[in-house]
Amino acid sequence: MSRLEPPRVSRRSFLSLASLGSFFAAIGVAAAGVFRLPNPTVLPGPVRRYKIGRPEEFPVGSEKRLEKENVFIFRDTEGIYAVSAICTHLGCTVARSSDGFACPCHGSRFSPGGKVLGGPAPRPLPWLEISRAADGQLVVLADNEVAEGTRFRVLAPSEIEG
Amino acid sequence: MADTAVREFLHNLRLLPQTFKEAWLRLGKVPESEREESQATFHNFFLHIHSVRVHLRTLSPTLTWGLGLAATASFVILTITGVLLMVYYKPSTELAYQSMKDIHFTVATGRFIRNIHRWSAHVMVVAVFLHMARVFFTASYKKPREFNWLIGLALLVTTLGLSFTGYLLPWDQLAYWAITIGSNIANSPRELTDALGITRWFDPGGFQRQLLLGANYVGEDALIRFYVLHVFVLPLVLLILVGVHFWRIRKDGGLARPEDPMGGPAEWGGERRPVFEPLATKTYGLMAVVKGRRATVNRGPENTVMSWPHLLWAEMAVFMLTVAVSLILSFYFDAPLKELANPAIPENPAKAPWYFLGIQELVSYSAFMGGLVIPAIAVLGLALIPFLDRRPGGEGVWFGTPGERQVAWQSFLFALAVTIGMLTFTINFGWLRNWFPDIHQLWIIFINPGTLLVLFFAGWSLWVLERRNSVRLAAVALFTCFLIGFTLLTYFATVHRGPNWEFYWWPSQWPVH
Repeated sequence: MSRLEPPRVSRRSFLSLASLGSFFAAIGVAAAGVFRLPNPTVLPGPVRRYKIGRPEEFPVGSEKRLEKENVFIFRDTEGIYAVSAICTHLGCTVARSSDGFACPCHGSRFSPGGKVLGGPAPRPLPWLEISRAADGQLVVLADNEVAEGTRFRVLAPSEIEG
Repeated sequence: MADTAVREFLHNLRLLPQTFKEAWLRLGKVPESEREESQATFHNFFLHIHSVRVHLRTLSPTLTWGLGLAATASFVILTITGVLLMVYYKPSTELAYQSMKDIHFTVATGRFIRNIHRWSAHVMVVAVFLHMARVFFTASYKKPREFNWLIGLALLVTTLGLSFTGYLLPWDQLAYWAITIGSNIANSPRELTDALGITRWFDPGGFQRQLLLGANYVGEDALIRFYVLHVFVLPLVLLILVGVHFWRIRKDGGLARPEDPMGGPAEWGGERRPVFEPLATKTYGLMAVVKGRRATVNRGPENTVMSWPHLLWAEMAVFMLTVAVSLILSFYFDAPLKELANPAIPENPAKAPWYFLGIQELVSYSAFMGGLVIPAIAVLGLALIPFLDRRPGGEGVWFGTPGERQVAWQSFLFALAVTIGMLTFTINFGWLRNWFPDIHQLWIIFINPGTLLVLFFAGWSLWVLERRNSVRLAAVALFTCFLIGFTLLTYFATVHRGPNWEFYWWPSQWPVH
């Protein structure tokens, strides 16, 4: 290459492009910073773990609605289970109805086990994990979903001895 | 004259009322000649938004019905009353509801001011919608006004955003549950990602909801975010957009209107109008030149009048009328305030403000389609109109090209029949899940009364396109269907949906609970 041949990209246009590029890069980074802030790093909110009492307080066949916690507690022969009362459609609180649960907002209907029977709800009502605290009370962990049919087994005295 | 500084000072002092008045009012008197009238317009910061002369068609009440101006007027009312409400309102979950009660029952004129704020918001939404319809049916979006149509659309969305964010602030039952539903609509892309099983890796719904609420539930963080959006961010955005909107009207040559005929006295509006003849003693400056095909000087009939006072009077009349409507409504009807927000028990039915109820009806079929996709399709379709319908003609005239009125009527009847038919069917026979209980969610998302309505409307528009061989007529068909569908769904959800979102003929038949 001859020394007299002009370079393909002149120094001036290279520097112009580079400065323009750095300008937009700086704006981009600044914009990213601006939009990063409103996206919360820590999600504030109450811990959704509720002590609900001792297993003996839930006789077989009983059901209980925990109003503030938005949870239904059921006890059948196989054990105790918790079903979320928050509609999977748009977050309203469902109420007990003759065939299971009904949502007042957009008419979603669920079976007693939480299965969708009608309306716009996309998913069944989630079943929630139940565990036992050190003091012997049951705890509903409302943030932990478990598979439908998962029950907290309450052992009969005979089973414990055996 | 004044040989000492003291005498000069006294002289100036004596003249003070006169010089002060001149400094403020420039002219110091009501303009008498056209020259003074033009100065009154362009030497005044607030009036120089007007051109000096305005076309007679622009002033015709039946062209515009003053709708854009009514929207602007209600925004001014909302700004003033909004600032007044901010004096007492406290954006915290603990205090918000109590401060609303204070405003309503204790603060002098507080109840009236809040009512005006509420009613002006309704007036503004109605005016913005009708203004859009006016611009569409007078074909005023056509070249060179495509960009301003887009700005107008952005203004529509911002107006609805302002309404939505304002809805949460009272922190009553109505507010709490409407925002719970609204934020879960933002969350509703999960309906699709869940159905596809990819939510763990790709969750735009959860992201949107988190951004809106700042948390996983509607609480303190949500309230402060909505407050900031409502009192600062969105009004600022709206103000900037309004500025651009008005500026574009000037740059695009005023309101859309047909070209005036060339040369000679012309008949217009049933009268013979004189030709504009420039006087030898006058200079016609650049301030009169706007983006028209030709300057009006020395050519064609003179169909313009001075903006001062003609346009000014018209604007003041619309402003007065808007204020009057808001005041009368506020006097007779109180803005609602329900019980304190209770996260355990929803309102039944929990209804959004009326202009979102059409969307809420769609949401009751599928949250993702009804709440996000169909509104997005509608906004996108509206945005594309001026770019797909590019053939000039009919600007500034109601139903200005042949066949428009006919197609509008046909589309009106079509949309009426299809929407009522669809609602009747859905209420009487239910939908897919009632017939196939185990059906996959994807079917419900893509095939529901809402999406079918969109398909019917699009199909009708395509049929008009093919049959009438006109893009404009197809646009008229689609826009009319959109308007009628929206209006009917809104009416239906307002009147005929009761507790559990079930059908009732009248709210008086709702079961007492």
